[in-house]
Amino acid sequence: MDVSQYLDIFIDETKEHIQSLSDHLMILEKEPDNEDTINEIFRAAHSLKGMAGTMGFTRMQRLTHDMENVFSEIRSGNMTVKSNLVDILFRGLDALEEYLSTIQQTSSEGTEDNEDIINDLNAVLQEGTGKEAEKPAEQPKPAASSAPASASEKEKFRSIKLQEYERNVIEKAKNENQNVFGITVYIAENCILKAARAFLVFKALEELGEVVKSEPEIQDIEDEKFEFDFTVILLTKNEADAVKEAILNVSEIAEVYLDKLTVDEAPAEVAQAPAQEEKKKEEKPAAAAPAKAAAQAKPAAAPAKAGAEKKKAVVNRSVRVDIEKLDVLMNLVSELIIAKNGLISVGSGESGQRNDSSFNEQIEYLERVTTNLHESVMKVRMMPIESVVSKFPRLIRDLNKKLNKKMELFMTGEETELDRTVIDEIGDPLMHLLRNAADHGLESNEERVRMGKPEVGSIFLDAYQDGNNVVIDVRDDGAGINIEKVKKKAIEKGTITEEQAESMTDKDVIDLLFRPSFSTAEKVSDVSGRGVGLDVVKSKIEGLGGDVEAKTVLGEGTTFTIRLPLTLAIIQALMVELGNEKYAIPLNSVQTIEDVPCTDIKYVQSSEVINLRGTVIPLVRLDAILDVAPREEEPESLTVVIVSKGEKLAGLVVDNLIGQNEIVIKSIGKYINNNKMISGAAILGDGEVALIIDANTLV
Amino acid sequence: MAEATENEIIDERQYIVVKLGEEQFGIDIKYVDNIVRMQRITRVPKAQHYFKGVINLRGEVIPVMSLRLKFGLKEEEYKNSTRIIIIKLEPQSAIGIIVDEVREVVNLSSDNMEKVQYDATGANDDKLRYLSGIGKHNNGLISILNIANVIIEKEERAV
Repeated sequence: MDVSQYLDIFIDETKEHIQSLSDHLMILEKEPDNEDTINEIFRAAHSLKGMAGTMGFTRMQRLTHDMENVFSEIRSGNMTVKSNLVDILFRGLDALEEYLSTIQQTSSEGTEDNEDIINDLNAVLQEGTGKEAEKPAEQPKPAASSAPASASEKEKFRSIKLQEYERNVIEKAKNENQNVFGITVYIAENCILKAARAFLVFKALEELGEVVKSEPEIQDIEDEKFEFDFTVILLTKNEADAVKEAILNVSEIAEVYLDKLTVDEAPAEVAQAPAQEEKKKEEKPAAAAPAKAAAQAKPAAAPAKAGAEKKKAVVNRSVRVDIEKLDVLMNLVSELIIAKNGLISVGSGESGQRNDSSFNEQIEYLERVTTNLHESVMKVRMMPIESVVSKFPRLIRDLNKKLNKKMELFMTGEETELDRTVIDEIGDPLMHLLRNAADHGLESNEERVRMGKPEVGSIFLDAYQDGNNVVIDVRDDGAGINIEKVKKKAIEKGTITEEQAESMTDKDVIDLLFRPSFSTAEKVSDVSGRGVGLDVVKSKIEGLGGDVEAKTVLGEGTTFTIRLPLTLAIIQALMVELGNEKYAIPLNSVQTIEDVPCTDIKYVQSSEVINLRGTVIPLVRLDAILDVAPREEEPESLTVVIVSKGEKLAGLVVDNLIGQNEIVIKSIGKYINNNKMISGAAILGDGEVALIIDANTLV
Repeated sequence: MAEATENEIIDERQYIVVKLGEEQFGIDIKYVDNIVRMQRITRVPKAQHYFKGVINLRGEVIPVMSLRLKFGLKEEEYKNSTRIIIIKLEPQSAIGIIVDEVREVVNLSSDNMEKVQYDATGANDDKLRYLSGIGKHNNGLISILNIANVIIEKEERAV
C-alpha cells in the first residue's frame, strides 16, 4: 500500500500538531496545573504518534511515543512540570521538526535516532514516577519471555522481536479478548512464485484478522526477499484451527506452525468464544485501527523511500483553502460565463445594429465580475500571518535562557492576512529582527533596574493592515540606538567620512545600519552580531516589494517597521504620459495630484522643491531620470504626482495624466539591465507595454 | 527531405540563417521559440544600450535586443524584412533578437563547420566570443552564433 499520496496532508497536519504542542507547552510552563492544556497536549502528541506510525516513520513515532508517555504521566498527576522537563520536551519538538523537514525534502525521515532525547525523556520519566515508567515496557515481557521455554526451532514466532508499540497493540487486543497467534509459514521449496503464495497467505490472514507484525517485512516478502519461511503475528477472533486451515488452503504451503502467544487467557476464550462473537465484532474496528496502522506502517516506508530517490523535492507547496472561498470562486466563474454569453447575444442580436446601452451594461457587469474574481483569488492566496509568528514565543523563551535576560513577547494582529508567497519569505527577516531586539535592543536585567525600567524587557510584534499595505512593527523597550555610536563606528569602518557624519540626519544614520556588514554589537554573540543582518532583512523585504525602516528613541527603545504590499500580481495604477511614452505609477503610493505653477518652484541646496500646504516636497523630474526627451518649452504649470513612502513625500513631474487602470504586473526578464526604478511592466488594453515606476525608489 | 537527412549523419544540426547587413549568421534552431515581425517596442530607461526595450508577445513581456548594436554595427533601419527572433535559453525567460532578415533554415554537419581561431582577428576579440564556429553552405559562409554568450553579458564588459 502506497501512502505517499497522503504525504502532503501528513506534513500539513504534523506542522499543526507540532505548533499546537509548542504553544501549549509554553502555557503549561506558566500554568502547570492547567488541565485543558495538558489534555490538548496529550491529544496532539497522540495524533502525531498515530500519523507518524501510519506513514511508516518509525523513528518519529518512537520519539513521540516517549514524549506521550511523559505527557500521560503529567496528565495523571504523577509528575510535575518543571523547567528542565519543558526544555527536554522542547528538544523533542525540535527533533520532530527536524524529522519533518527531512521528510519534506526527501520523503523519508532520515536516520537520526535522537537517542539522547529519548534517554533524557525516560530518565525524567523514571525520576518523576519511580517504577511506573517501566510498566508499559515490562508488561508484554512475560509473554515474550515465556515463549522461548517451549520454542521449537521451527516455531520462529517465538523469538520474534517486537517494537514497543506493537506490544501495546497486542496488549490492547488481548484485553479485548482477541486471540493473538504467532504463525510461522513454510512454503514448499520447489515453489516458483513464493512471493505470490506468501501474498495469498497474507490475504487469507487479513480476512480473518489483523497482521500486526511480519518477519521479514511485508514489503520484503512482496519483493521475494525471503527464504522459504516467514513469520507473522495475527490478531483475530477466530480459532487456531480456522487460521491454520485458511493458510493451508493456499497451495504449495509446506508447513504451518502456529500457537497463541499468551496461554493464560486461552481457556476462557474457548468457552466464551461463540457468545462473544457478536460483541467482538463491534469492538473490532476500534481495536483494529491501531493494529492496521502498525501493519501498514512497514510496507509504507519502503515505497516512500524509493520515491525519494527518484525525485528530490517531493512535496508540492500547497495552500489549504476554505471551502467557502472556493464556492465563491465557482460562483464567480459561472457569472463570468453568463457575462460572456450576454456579450455574445448583444453582439449578434439585431443584425449589425448594436444596442449601445445594453452593450455597456454587459461591460459593466463583466467588470464587476472580474473585480470580484480578482478579489476572491487574492483571498484564496491569503493566509493569516499567525502561521509565521506563532513560533516566536518559543524563540523568545529560548533566547531568555541563552542570553540570560528576562523578556516577554507581546503579539497583536496575528490574524492579519498576507499573500502566501510573502508569508513564506517573511519568517526569517522577522526572526532576525526579534533576535536583534532581544540581543542588542534590550539591556541586561541589572541595567534595566538601574535605569528605573521594569526588570523584564518587553518585545512587541504588531501586525495590522494599512490601506493596501500590511505593516508589521517589531518594537522593544530597550536602550534604543545610540546615534553617536553608530556614527563613530561608520567613520571607523570608512563607510562615511567625518564631514558626511556632520551633515547626516538621525534618520540617515539609522539607515546606515541596513548597509551590508555593519554590526554595532561590541561582541559577537551566538544570537546575533555577525554583521550579516539588517542588510539581509532589508534586501529580502525589498524583494517582496516592501520596505523596512527603523525609528529609535535613546533610552526608550527601537521600532522596526516593515511595510509589505497586500497583493503582488494585480494592482491599481495611475497611468501617466512622459513625452510619447506611457508609465504606470502604483496607486497605493500616490497621495495627491497637484497642478503647480512654475513660479512656485523653490530651490533648496540647488535642488527643486515645492511648498505644498506647509510641507516642503522635493521635485523629481521623471523625464530626466528616465531619459525621456524633455518638452520643447517649459509649460506654465507642472503636473505633479505626490507619492509617499512611509512619511516621506516626493513630487513626480509628469507631462500628462491618462487615468486609473487595473494592471497585471509582469517581469521584464532577467537579461535586461533592470534599473531599480522600474519594478516591472504591464500590458495595456491596446497591447502596448507600459513600464511600472517604483515610486519607493524615487522618494 | 527531412527524413533523408536524418538518416545520413547524426551530428547534423539545423540553423536559422539570418542577415545583418551583408553578413550571414546562424542560430541553432533548438533555441528558437518563434519569429515575429517588427512591432512596437517600449523603451526601457537605463538599460544596456543594445536593448531596444520590451515587447508584448501574446501577453508576455519580452525584452528585445538589437544584434546590430550588440555587434557594434550601425543601428538598423526597420524594413519590411526586419524580424524579431524569440530565443528561449531556458523556460520562462525568453528574449527577442532583432535581425535584418531571416533567410532560410539549413542543415550543417560538423564536417562543414570550422572552429573559430582566436588570433585570426585579434582586434575584434569581443565579437569572436559570440561565435561558436563558421559554417559553409552553398559557397557562402555562415557565422554560427554562440547564442548564450550573445544574450548573457559578462560583467567585465562595462557598457
